[in-house]
Amino acid sequence: MNSNDFRNQLLEAGVLVDAGSPGLYHRSADYESVVRALESYVREAGRDDNPQRLFFAPVINLETLMGSGYVGSFPNLIGTIDSFDGDMKKLGEFRERVDSGGEWFELMSHTDVALCSAACHSVYPMYKGATLPIEGLYFEVQANCFRHEPSMDPARLQSFRMHEFVYLGNPDGALEFRERWIAKGQQLLGDLGLVLDLVPANDPFFGRGAQIMAQGQLEKELKFEITATISSDTPGAISSGNYHEDHFGVTFSMSTHDGHVAHSACFAFGLDRITLALYYAHGFQLEEWPDEVRERLALGQSSHFIEPT
Amino acid sequence: MTDIDAAIRQVLEVHGRLGAVVASLKNDDDLYQKGLSSHACVNVMLAIEDAFEIEIPEAFLTRATFRTIDSIRETVESLGLTNGLG
Repeated sequence: MNSNDFRNQLLEAGVLVDAGSPGLYHRSADYESVVRALESYVREAGRDDNPQRLFFAPVINLETLMGSGYVGSFPNLIGTIDSFDGDMKKLGEFRERVDSGGEWFELMSHTDVALCSAACHSVYPMYKGATLPIEGLYFEVQANCFRHEPSMDPARLQSFRMHEFVYLGNPDGALEFRERWIAKGQQLLGDLGLVLDLVPANDPFFGRGAQIMAQGQLEKELKFEITATISSDTPGAISSGNYHEDHFGVTFSMSTHDGHVAHSACFAFGLDRITLALYYAHGFQLEEWPDEVRERLALGQSSHFIEPT
Repeated sequence: MTDIDAAIRQVLEVHGRLGAVVASLKNDDDLYQKGLSSHACVNVMLAIEDAFEIEIPEAFLTRATFRTIDSIRETVESLGLTNGLG
């Protein structure tokens, strides 16, 4: 199946509803119940580390976005937020332009918030200047994330949920954490009947220097992706394990207990891509999914999603 | 040490985030093994362009180009700069 056929079938089955922009959809209650089931399913697997659990807003502080390094590396993917901040005189002109279909956008001002780039980016600024405990810090976080890459391929959403496990501490701890979660992630996702591959990967850096960054990630094996078929026969990433070295430790002046620059790692579950991969693998009717998959996700056993009355 | 080498070392000192290592670097030392991060490498690339008033073509903007002081010098020289600073 190609991604266009899959998209049409998702829309026909009512799993997704076109929300007017490429890569933007309303989601059905069934779809949402899978997302929430996945959330519970991976949370269980992360209990051993007793992580601090935080759910981030879809909008983040602009400084947080700047600190992530995302603005320089992926200016083509970010989303900043503008609003009207003018006086009454400017408001008159603004309304005139809106009513006449004119260029009202240029009268808007930048705000100090932006759309969330990745769930883990909000973790690091919380520990700016901190000395970390000897055992490191563990987090389980989730956010609605935005990427400006409009596409008709449902695997490439502009707005999607990312559920991440994050470690802050020393280099050995970060590598151990990532290895452990890559293994755990493969087990968890494989148990859902998905055919997986684990591949070294690089982020889609932008502009001059992009090749240097990408080659660096690959050579140092900083990023691994777990891939599966999501919307077509060509597999894509549904999860990734990342070792950031001291990138965030330097940016946010975080130190280990013995005075070295802190290192960090994260493992991200792409909840929407995993959900789509499950639909792709098992069909559009949840009742027809294999019993073991339904059992593992506790689908139909308890209500992950209470429909509004 | 040539003027070119000295200028490259100065760029590495300011932009390489390599600490005190730069002075003791050999021209064929692997800069990545000495701690040059990818982010720092991009900054070094931009600073090299500034220092020599050149624009390094896309095809040379690879990790290999910036692996050693020698490889950086060879790239700078291959772009037509053979006699001191631009």
